[in-house]
Amino acid sequence: MDYEELGLKAGIEIHQQLDTREKLFCHCPTVLRDVEERNGEFFRYLRATVSEMGEIDRAAREEMMVMRPFTYYAYDTTCLVENDEEPPAPLNPEALELALTMARMMGMTPVEQVHVMRKLVIDGSNTSGFQRTALVALNGMLPLGARIESLCLEEEAAQRVEGVTFSLDRLGIPLVEITTAPDMHTPEQVQEVAAYIGMLLRSTGRVKRGLGTIRQDVNISIREGARVEIKGVQDLALIDEVVRREASRQVNLIGIRDELLARNASIDELTHDVTALFSETGSAILKRAKYIGAVCLRGFAGCVGREIQPGRRLGSELSDYAKKCGVGGLFHTDELPAYGVTQEEVETLKSALGAGEEDCVILVADAKKKAVCAIGQVQRRAAIALEGVPEETRKMLEEGSTAYMRPLPGAARMYPETDVLPETVSSSYVAALEVPELLTEKEDRFIREMDLDPALARQLAYSAQVGLFEEVVRAGVRPNLAARTILATLRELSRDGVPVEAIGEEDLLGVLLEVERGAVAKEAIPDILRALAGGMDMPSAVQSVAPGISDEELTGIIRAVLSERVDFVKEQGMRSVGPVMGVVMQEVRGRADGKKISDLLKKEIQAML
Amino acid sequence: MRNACTRAGVDSITQLAPGTRVSCTFAGAPTEGTYITDRDGKAVIKLDNGYNIGVEPASLAFLSKGEPSPPFRADVAQNPQLPELSIISTGGTIASRVDYRTGAVTSQFTAEDILGAIPGLADIARFRAEVLASILSENMTAGIWKDLARAVYRDIRNGVEGVIVTHGTDTMAYSAAAVSFMLETPVPVIFVGSQRSADRPSSDNVMNGLCSAAAATSDLGEVAMVMHASTNDDACAIHRGTRVRKMHTSRRDAFRSFGMAPLGTVQYPSLDVSLSGEAKRRRDDEPVLHGTLEEKVGLLTFYPGMDPALLFAYERCRGLVISGTGLGHISAEMIAGIRRLTDAGTTVVMTSQCLNGRVCDRVYDTGRDLLAAGIIEGEEMLPEVAYVKLMWVLGQTDDTEEIRRMMETPLRGEFGRCSAHGL
Repeated sequence: MDYEELGLKAGIEIHQQLDTREKLFCHCPTVLRDVEERNGEFFRYLRATVSEMGEIDRAAREEMMVMRPFTYYAYDTTCLVENDEEPPAPLNPEALELALTMARMMGMTPVEQVHVMRKLVIDGSNTSGFQRTALVALNGMLPLGARIESLCLEEEAAQRVEGVTFSLDRLGIPLVEITTAPDMHTPEQVQEVAAYIGMLLRSTGRVKRGLGTIRQDVNISIREGARVEIKGVQDLALIDEVVRREASRQVNLIGIRDELLARNASIDELTHDVTALFSETGSAILKRAKYIGAVCLRGFAGCVGREIQPGRRLGSELSDYAKKCGVGGLFHTDELPAYGVTQEEVETLKSALGAGEEDCVILVADAKKKAVCAIGQVQRRAAIALEGVPEETRKMLEEGSTAYMRPLPGAARMYPETDVLPETVSSSYVAALEVPELLTEKEDRFIREMDLDPALARQLAYSAQVGLFEEVVRAGVRPNLAARTILATLRELSRDGVPVEAIGEEDLLGVLLEVERGAVAKEAIPDILRALAGGMDMPSAVQSVAPGISDEELTGIIRAVLSERVDFVKEQGMRSVGPVMGVVMQEVRGRADGKKISDLLKKEIQAML
Repeated sequence: MRNACTRAGVDSITQLAPGTRVSCTFAGAPTEGTYITDRDGKAVIKLDNGYNIGVEPASLAFLSKGEPSPPFRADVAQNPQLPELSIISTGGTIASRVDYRTGAVTSQFTAEDILGAIPGLADIARFRAEVLASILSENMTAGIWKDLARAVYRDIRNGVEGVIVTHGTDTMAYSAAAVSFMLETPVPVIFVGSQRSADRPSSDNVMNGLCSAAAATSDLGEVAMVMHASTNDDACAIHRGTRVRKMHTSRRDAFRSFGMAPLGTVQYPSLDVSLSGEAKRRRDDEPVLHGTLEEKVGLLTFYPGMDPALLFAYERCRGLVISGTGLGHISAEMIAGIRRLTDAGTTVVMTSQCLNGRVCDRVYDTGRDLLAAGIIEGEEMLPEVAYVKLMWVLGQTDDTEEIRRMMETPLRGEFGRCSAHGL
C-alpha cells in the first residue's frame, strides 16, 4: 500500500506504569496480586454524570445503555481510596518528580501549576467512574523528529478479571501518558517512535517492566477516512501491523461506501418481529429466542459479509454496535444459510421483509427490549457505512485486527478533581532534576569504555540489572566477569530453581571481588551463589564451597593425579596437559583458579618428561 | 528551562471574566484556552483537550468574550396517577454541584434539580419540592430544625404520602432526632444524603434517593433515615431517626443503628421495602407538632484530666448532656461542679462514649456520687440524641419532675426498656 498516497497520519499515546513506592493518590504499594489472594469483594453501578458544560459525554452515554453491576476485588494491599470510599491523598510527589524528569528528557516545558482532572470512564475499570489525570508538560521533540504534544500523569485503571469483574490491585498505579503529534506517515515510523519512547522511559530505571506495564494507543487516519483510536497495543512488535490493518480497514470501508452509494443503498426504518418465522427452525439460538427482530438493509447484499481486515467484516462492525445493548451478536443474510438456518427460511425471511437480491437482512434474537435496541444500533451503524469511516475508539484483537469499543470521547468528559489541590512546579525544581543517561548511550559507553561485545552491551543496557552491573564494575570487577555473572550465571541458577533474589547485592559484589583478588576461583562462583541463596553468609559460603587451597596442597593433588598416569604423560608429552587438566579440575572443584592449576600442571609435566 | 508562557498583555486577572477565550504562547507554540479562575496567583485555563493548567496571568492575551453557557434545566414530567411526596432540601452532597470557579463542591441545587439528577424518581411518585436551606450540614442550627419540623408538618397536613428530607450527612442524625421529637407523624419522614458527591458517576445519591422515595411511599409511619446498608449497591438500611449515628468519615455505609437492628431495608434496584416488627406503621391520624426547642443546652465529652473549671462555661445553660466514660462516669473532682449546676437548676444527663449499651451509675462510687449530685441517667440514648431530646424536653416543660420523667421515658423509640442482644 502506498501510505503517502493514502494520506496516512498516525500518532501514538504511550502509557507507561511508573515503579513508585506508593500509588498516585493513596499510600498503598504499587504491587500486582493474584486474584486468589483477594480479601474483599463488592459491587457497584456507575452512571454518566452531566459535565460542567451541562452535557453527557457521548462515549459515556453509550456505556450506560446497559446498567451493569461491576464487581471489584480488594486486597490487603489496597485501601478505601481504591474502593472509592475515601477522598484521594495528595498527588504522589515521587510520581510527579519522575514525570517531570521524563518531560525534561524530551525537551518539554512543564506546566507551572498542575491541575488534576477527572476523565469520565464508566466502563467499570475505575470505581469512581473517572480516571484522575493531570497535564504535566507540553511540547517536546525527539531526536527522530517526532513532536511530543503532551505528557500527562494518570492513575492506572483496575484490571479486568473477566466480564464485569475488576481487580483493584492495579487501580491507582501511576502512569505517564505521552502523546505524539500525528506526524507519522508509515507503519514503520510508528513502530520506530514507539520503540524510542519506550527506551527513553526505561532509561530512568524507575518504570515497571513486563507484560502490560507499557501500552500503546495508536491514532490513525487516512485522507478520506476518520480518526480512529486503537487502545491497548501491548506488544510493540505488532504496532506496525495494527497500523497496516487499520489503514486497510479504512480503505475497504470507503470502498464499501462508494459501492453502496452507487447502488443507492438505504436502511429500512421499520424493525420486523419475525419470531414466528423461526418457530420450527433447526438453529438452536433462534428456536430458543423469546423474540427475533429483523431489519432490511437495502442494497447491502454482499457488503455486510465482505472482509475489511483479516477476520473482520462489515457485519462484525454492525455486531459490535449491537452488542452495546447486551445481545450476544447477530445473523446477516450474507452468511446464511448456515448455523442451522435453511435456504428456505432465508427466502421466507427475505420475502417477509420485501427484501430482494441486492438486500441484506439482519436478525437479532434476544429479549424484545434488548433486540429492539440492538436493531436500532445496527441501523445507526449501517447509516454510517453510507458516509464512510466513523470516528471511534477501538480495541486491538489478537494478531492486530480491531473491534469497536465506543465513540471517541468528547471534551465533555473532563472536569476538575476538586478533592486534590493543584501543585505548583517551580522552574528551579525542574532545573535541579537529574536527567538519566539514555540506554542507547549506555550501550555505546559499554562498548567504548568496557570493550564489551556489542550484543552483550545491548543486552546489559536494557536489562533490569544494569544498575547492579555498573555498581559492580565501579567497585573494581572486570566488566566481562560482572556481565557473565549477572546475565548468565544468575539466570542459569534461577532456571535451576535457585532463589537468586535472596542473594544480596553486597554479597554478590563480595564474591566477585574475592575472585578478582585471586582468593576464590571463578569456577566456584555458581556454587557459592547457590550457598548464599540458601541462606548462608559470605564467609561460610566461601569456606564450605571453596576453602582456600595452598600451592603445596595443589601441587600434591597434581602429583597424585600424574603418578597414576605416568605412561600416558610420557607417551603424549605436553599434549597430555588438556586431558589431565580435566581430571585435576574435578579433584579441586573450584577451590583454585583454572589458570593457576594449568601453570602448575605444565610445570610438573615438564619435570616428568 | 524558560518560563512557560511569554508575556503578552493581560495585566491583571481581574480583567478576565470566567469563560473568556485567551491565548498563551507556551513553549514557543501558541496555545488557546478558556479562562476559568485564578488560583494561588496563577490563571487557570482550560485547554481545548479538556485539561486545566495554571499559568502566569501576565502571559495571557485576550481573544474573545466567552459564550454564556445556557443554564442547565432538567424537564421532569410528573405522573398524576402516582402518590404525592414532598422533597424538602436542606443542602448536602446528594444535591451538590461542583463550583468550577473555586473548585469546591457546594450545595446549590433547587429541589427540582434533584428530580433531574436522579432519573427514576419520577417513576415512583409525583413530587412537590421546597428548598428550606442551602447549607453545608455543619452549619445546621436549632432554628432550621424548627423550620424543618414545621415544613414537614405542613406538607403532611396538606396530604402528602410521605416526606423526603435531603441533608448533608455530617449532622443528619441530629436533625433526624430533632424532627423525631418535634413531630408525631403518621406517615414516613425520610432523611437521606450521600457520602460521595453527586458529580461523580459512582455517587451513592441515585441509589439512596430512589430507596428513600420507596421508603417514603411504604407502610412506615415514623421519622427514619435511608442510606447504604453496605459498600455494595444492593440495599439501603432504614434507620430509626433517634437510633442512628454517622460512624465513618467517608464510607457509603457510614450510618449505623444503635441498640436495635435497622427498621428495615430497601432492596436495589428492585426497590422492594421490608419492615421489621419494630417499625411503626403508617396511620390515618393527623400529625402533631411540638415545635419548640430550648437552645441553651450543651453537650460535653469527658476525657481523663479534664479541668473541672470547664463546667463553668455551662452555668448559663438550662441543660447539659455529658458523654461520659464506660457506664457513665466522669472524674471525682468534677462532681462538685455538677452539683453546683444542678443546684442552680441545670438539668444534667449522663450518656456514654461507648455508644453501645446502657448507662448505669449505681455500680461504682463515682456513679453513685453523680446520682447524688442530681444527674439523670441517659439510659441507652446516643449522646447526640440525648442532647437533642433534652433541648426538646426543656422546650416543652419547666417542671423539674416532668423533665426527669420525660428524659427517663422512651418517647420516640430513642431507647428500649431492655437492651437487645445479638446485634
